[in-house]
Amino acid sequence: MSSATIPPQFEIVDRPLDTQMTISMGPQHPSTHGVLRLELVLDGEMVVKTTPDIGYLHTGMEKLFEYKKYQQGIVITDRMDYLNPLGNNLAYVMAGEKLLGLEIPERAQVIRVLFCELQRIASHLVWLGTHALDIGAMTVFFYCFREREKILNLIEAASGGRLTPSYFRIGGLMMDLPAGFENRCKQFLDFFPPAVDEFHTLLSGNKIFQRRTQGIGRISAEDAIDWGLSGPCLRGSGVALDIRRANPYSGYEKYDFEIPTEPDGDVWSRYMVRMREMKESHKIATQALARLQPGPIKADAPKVVLPDREAMKSHMDALIHHFLIVAEGFDVPAGEVYHPIEASKGELGVYMRSDGGPKPSRVHFRGPSFVNLSALPVMAEGEMVADVVAIIGSLDVVLGEIDR
Amino acid sequence: MTSEAENIEQTPSPLVAALQREHPEWIAEVIIAFGETTIVVPREHIVAACSFLKTWPEGRFDFLADICGADRGVEEEPRFEVNYHLFSTTKYHRLRLKVVLNEEDTHVASVTGVWRTANWHERETFDLFGVIFDGHPDLRRILLPDDWQGHALRKDFPLRGYEPYSLK
Repeated sequence: MSSATIPPQFEIVDRPLDTQMTISMGPQHPSTHGVLRLELVLDGEMVVKTTPDIGYLHTGMEKLFEYKKYQQGIVITDRMDYLNPLGNNLAYVMAGEKLLGLEIPERAQVIRVLFCELQRIASHLVWLGTHALDIGAMTVFFYCFREREKILNLIEAASGGRLTPSYFRIGGLMMDLPAGFENRCKQFLDFFPPAVDEFHTLLSGNKIFQRRTQGIGRISAEDAIDWGLSGPCLRGSGVALDIRRANPYSGYEKYDFEIPTEPDGDVWSRYMVRMREMKESHKIATQALARLQPGPIKADAPKVVLPDREAMKSHMDALIHHFLIVAEGFDVPAGEVYHPIEASKGELGVYMRSDGGPKPSRVHFRGPSFVNLSALPVMAEGEMVADVVAIIGSLDVVLGEIDR
Repeated sequence: MTSEAENIEQTPSPLVAALQREHPEWIAEVIIAFGETTIVVPREHIVAACSFLKTWPEGRFDFLADICGADRGVEEEPRFEVNYHLFSTTKYHRLRLKVVLNEEDTHVASVTGVWRTANWHERETFDLFGVIFDGHPDLRRILLPDDWQGHALRKDFPLRGYEPYSLK
């Protein structure tokens, strides 16, 4: 190929090395948590400018929703934030329920809360393990995944899936909890607080870890709000905002829990917020388990919710409804809603728009990772290259959700 | 704290009425549905309305939760929508602003000067719908490659694309 045909973006430009250097970090870098590429402008070892480059995992999920029926869309949401699939399920089905105006029975609400909190703990455990690994502490990773395995086993017992459960459906749940689930769950919950203390022993008192995180990647409360940070990243800057408290859903207003905040806005603050949040999630899960009463798990809406298998064997109308829902889907009233929930990483909002048919005309996910990552250039400015890795870890980004 | 937030959510009209009194020219239409309030704002007023709402003592919409585009359909006129989802970190209420755009002229002023978080949201809307945000500091594609043809979330864009994409 002659040089004349090289497109301008691939042309080699000579820059003197004496002042600044531009390097590309990722997309295959192990501590970029997936396929994130950063364009770093460096002065020596100091970061002058960071430009995140995303889109490597883009699979057109929002386009795909428009071609799938409402109930088929649930399995797509599992694959967005793959560390918090039940949170994604919940945001999606609740947006649909808002459009349909469904009342969800108490037992289904309690089970949703229980599983969302277990999933939040599991998501934070992956964050903790990988964050510590990025900074150089390898042991924590194994302890975190040991605990996470127990949660995945619980999710598997209820839904049949470990990473892609699709357990929540529009109008309720896929199925009721299996026999003996309460005991298994209680067993896990009883032994979880000592495990968190174990993580603290491994990491929080470690001088190297403290030096690597304290005072690094600062962002003030005003900047955090201006940049739209949410979840633990915002609470790490001292803003006590939690959607579970601010705009309660699924009965969160009935649970007793605290909103942990830390004032400094650095990597250490975000670390401490998540560590304390795991204990709060444990508190909520314990309360939810105590609230669990027998009752229906699906809303009373035969045109929307799949009937029980047993009813189909004896009732003709149940069989017809089952056939119609599976073959043609259900019509959703025209309109638009935005439903925010507090996912493990922050505000997860679903904008859903219906034209009245069985397929949505637009579904948009406001992923917390997407917005949190956009503030990375502010946090990384003036830090060392090695600290950029610590800052990315503290943001807890999942690229599946960013690129969608 | 909770009950106060709920009360505000259920009675959004005083807020809208107060806004209507102060700036009637900003409000083309008010839609209240599914417990959410939407204000359709004429395109030329969006930046003024946003910067006012951000500091307005009765609203304090200091948090821009989301910007997302929507395509109403190829035959519809106006065809495109841009939705701004506003949230208040002190009063805990939400508001949706909506700008509608014709297909021939998809320009709207950027709100990156009001909230810096708008930067990536506007880039995404530009990438997927072709809405051009005037005054945006860095309006490039964000999810799709720079040399991608067309805007993928438009209704006339086929699900599997026009042709297999390759780096030429």
